[in-house]
Amino acid sequence: MEALTNFINGLSLGSVYAIIALGYTMVYGIAKMLNFAHGDVIMVGAYICFCSVSYLGLHPLLGVLLSIVGCTVLGMVVERLAYKPLRNAPSLNVLITAIGVSYFLQNAALLIMGSDPKSFSSIISLPALNLFDGALTISATAVLTIVACVIIMVALVMFTTKTKMGKAMRACSEDRDAAQLMGINVNGTISMVFAIGSGLAAIAGVLMCAAYPTLMPTTGSMPGIKAFTAAVLGGIGSIPGAALGGVLLGVIEIFARAYIGTQLADAVVFAVLIVMLLIRPAGLLGKPVNEKV
Amino acid sequence: MLSVYNINVWYGAIHAIKNVSFDVNDGEIVALIGANGAGKSTTLKTLSGLLRSRSGSITFMDEDLMHMPAERIVKHGLVHVPEGRRIFQQMTVEENLDMGAYTQPKETIAENLERVYEYFPRLKERRRQVAGTLSGGEQQMLAMGRGLMANPKLLMLDEPSMGLAPIMVEQIFEIIEALHEAGTTILLVEQNAQAALSIATRGYVMETGKVTLTGTGQELLHNDDVRKAYLGG
Repeated sequence: MEALTNFINGLSLGSVYAIIALGYTMVYGIAKMLNFAHGDVIMVGAYICFCSVSYLGLHPLLGVLLSIVGCTVLGMVVERLAYKPLRNAPSLNVLITAIGVSYFLQNAALLIMGSDPKSFSSIISLPALNLFDGALTISATAVLTIVACVIIMVALVMFTTKTKMGKAMRACSEDRDAAQLMGINVNGTISMVFAIGSGLAAIAGVLMCAAYPTLMPTTGSMPGIKAFTAAVLGGIGSIPGAALGGVLLGVIEIFARAYIGTQLADAVVFAVLIVMLLIRPAGLLGKPVNEKV
Repeated sequence: MLSVYNINVWYGAIHAIKNVSFDVNDGEIVALIGANGAGKSTTLKTLSGLLRSRSGSITFMDEDLMHMPAERIVKHGLVHVPEGRRIFQQMTVEENLDMGAYTQPKETIAENLERVYEYFPRLKERRRQVAGTLSGGEQQMLAMGRGLMANPKLLMLDEPSMGLAPIMVEQIFEIIEALHEAGTTILLVEQNAQAALSIATRGYVMETGKVTLTGTGQELLHNDDVRKAYLGG
């Protein structure tokens, strides 16, 4: 029963990683850049929700909504100001810029919100689920997180396979010039992907703080890096890969914490990444692309 | 229809296109021939807006294209089928064709799709197949079909015969002629000068970024210099 509890907690944590990893992977797919500031968007999302609920006294749902809107706008603004001018620059320049944006967001949060951790727990106030006569307790947060992740996954897959905009997004990911020759506005599409990814990061931020209620300016960086690991594990650029990688990583982390030790858990997570890169560099669902002549 | 005057294109410090001027009139097949690196593909990329000229003018059906973004140029009916096909490998055949119709209103898409499948019945058979699994010839058909989905008034084909088996090359050229007869104006870039000039109304020869010779397809086909340089004597 304990293993089952761990498994469910793993799924829940993994779902958060998966939602963050989706943003990473979509942005990488289309802009061919690792947006290391993505994790800090999570933190901003969590702060927006925290402020709306704790300071303004708004309904939690409204807080979540505000946080999604705020992060969507933030994502688009960061893309426009920091990354778009570097569209044809070497990838190292873009990477360094992303790290710069990350520090900028963290320090802006430090300046505005202060360094003391905020406790943030009043978002999901549903009773926990009791199964098998109380032998298994599942928190409502865990259930909600997993459900949210599944809904987001399905919605994204539908979006990218059924809608014109979604298909255009895939076309841009594959070949930017060719997409432009089709009449697709590549800059607009990239901006849209940043918007979607950042909106998802806001949801991840709220869900994460509902489960681990300590909010600091650096809250987003570790989950951000783990979600990046998840995206690579699943095959960067692949949407189902990000989901699979996220869930796997969450489960591995929780089990490592339970059976190996809390302090080693992170090491195990990153060891998985190293092993993966050695065995299958393209990731679980990533395809090495062969060009046919 | 299309008028290009004194364009100059640079890749960094390299002056790739030097004062190139040419015209394409309604209903023509115009061939742009020349060796590797002569600037043929660069010229097409400049027309479709992927590259920019530093000077001169490009006018297509009374529209100034010099500063128009690539995605808007397609809407005006100037459609570029790029070198190396550049189909979306991970999307299905039909999704690729859908992308070709990105600028088109919904009503015309079904009609265009039927037309493309008439020209390329093979694509219809494989419409649910992932494009990366097609053979080279089929990929070229898909690239051309995708271009047709945009309702081109002027279709620019960059090396449509590249890397194809002779029988496939013949088929592709037959289709180009059929498209031409159906009323599409064509600007054809080819290294296969023989095949290109024999179907062309007019042609231009490019050498190291300049237009060095021009004439009707037949004139160029029988020109001694052209024969020596591009047709193997």
